[in-house]
Amino acid sequence: MTTVASPSYRERLAYQAGLLGGICYLVSMLLIGGNIKTQPLIEEHIVNDQIKMLKQVLPAELYDNNPIEESQIITDSRYFKNPVKILVAKKGNEFSGAALLISTPGWGGIIQFILGLDANGEITGVRVISHKETPGLADKIELTKDNWILSFDGKSLSNTSAQQWAVKKDKGEFDQFTGATITPRSMVKGIHQGLQFYQSWHHQLNSTTPAQEESSQ
Amino acid sequence: MSSAEYGRIFRDGLWDNNVAMGQMLALCPLLAVTTTATNGLGMGLASMVVLIITNTIISMIRGIITPQVRIPVIIVLIASVVTLVDMAINAWMHQLYQVLGLFIALIVTNCAIFGRAESFASKNAVLPSIADALAMGLGFTWVLVAVGAMREVIGSGTLFAHASLLLGEHFAWLETVIIPNFSGVLLPLLPPGAFMALGFLIAIKRIIDRRVATRKKASQSSLPAMQNS
Repeated sequence: MTTVASPSYRERLAYQAGLLGGICYLVSMLLIGGNIKTQPLIEEHIVNDQIKMLKQVLPAELYDNNPIEESQIITDSRYFKNPVKILVAKKGNEFSGAALLISTPGWGGIIQFILGLDANGEITGVRVISHKETPGLADKIELTKDNWILSFDGKSLSNTSAQQWAVKKDKGEFDQFTGATITPRSMVKGIHQGLQFYQSWHHQLNSTTPAQEESSQ
Repeated sequence: MSSAEYGRIFRDGLWDNNVAMGQMLALCPLLAVTTTATNGLGMGLASMVVLIITNTIISMIRGIITPQVRIPVIIVLIASVVTLVDMAINAWMHQLYQVLGLFIALIVTNCAIFGRAESFASKNAVLPSIADALAMGLGFTWVLVAVGAMREVIGSGTLFAHASLLLGEHFAWLETVIIPNFSGVLLPLLPPGAFMALGFLIAIKRIIDRRVATRKKASQSSLPAMQNS
């Protein structure tokens, strides 16, 4: 063990304040540097993840455009507090479906998911992008952990009634998980609201002229 | 430092003064993530990496920190190291981040990292501090894996489920189904189950420690000349 004998100037308030301030300064410089260095890479990963997700939720034969480039952002507080990003799929310049990037509150935080829909409003796929749910209990919403998320495929507002859009515990159609009801419940609710959102904005997306809310990325 | 002292460091970390079983620290991440053995392993390894980095930095600057400001300095350093590790893994090891991302942010809640910085690294040279971090990290990891395995086997009937997501494809052999078509028991998967599993482990440790102590006493009284063997 080495105990360094502390010189007397170290007992002064100025030294201690300076030390604390200096370390905070150094550390914030490091954090800023780290952020500048990693931010573009992290953003790139997020875009790549979106492309990968898009391929999973919208069948490739459904579109021939680049839906990520033709995205719109719409905020509709009737359904979601956060803005919804819509990737519009077109085939031969004809509207053929969309993928909605939705954030909905879960049990441990925001659940972000992508909802693929064809022109008739039928679900072609759902995947969770990010979530903060309990690992081991509620992370079965991820496809890597469980097939649960596939139970939404083919559902729509017309083939599943409003009452059926609930977990089995609430007399609905969809399974809950052992030990986690809130997460599947909020997923079912989020997807149901996503469908309603799609229904009310469907026509605007359908028009060939770009909407006012358009933001190309 | 002699090799006997390094031996002591590892004994402390792995058994005698184990983070979770001896010091009773780091219970927040322990209870939160150990629903499977794989999660326990991921959390343990991530904590160990952070612990090694923070112990190294703090033992390097231990000469200039005064006791009056050491606590805020250590907290700032640990929080920043965790943030930097989080950003670095997200940017350069994105595959790993998708599996470990959840754990890294939770490391900040691990008071054992602060505990080692404060009680060991701020008083010792760099090499022993690294050894201490390694020993404490390994000790924490094995307890996490043990608690995770107990909860997973009883709760879901599997062991090391999804290990290939964390460690890569060639570790797929670790994934075993102990009880096929098992519908699951809820209790071990909920936080009380984690307390029970940990309590069980601590009880076993106490029993073993007591046996060792009585045996030592017995051999010391009968063979006083060989007590150092």
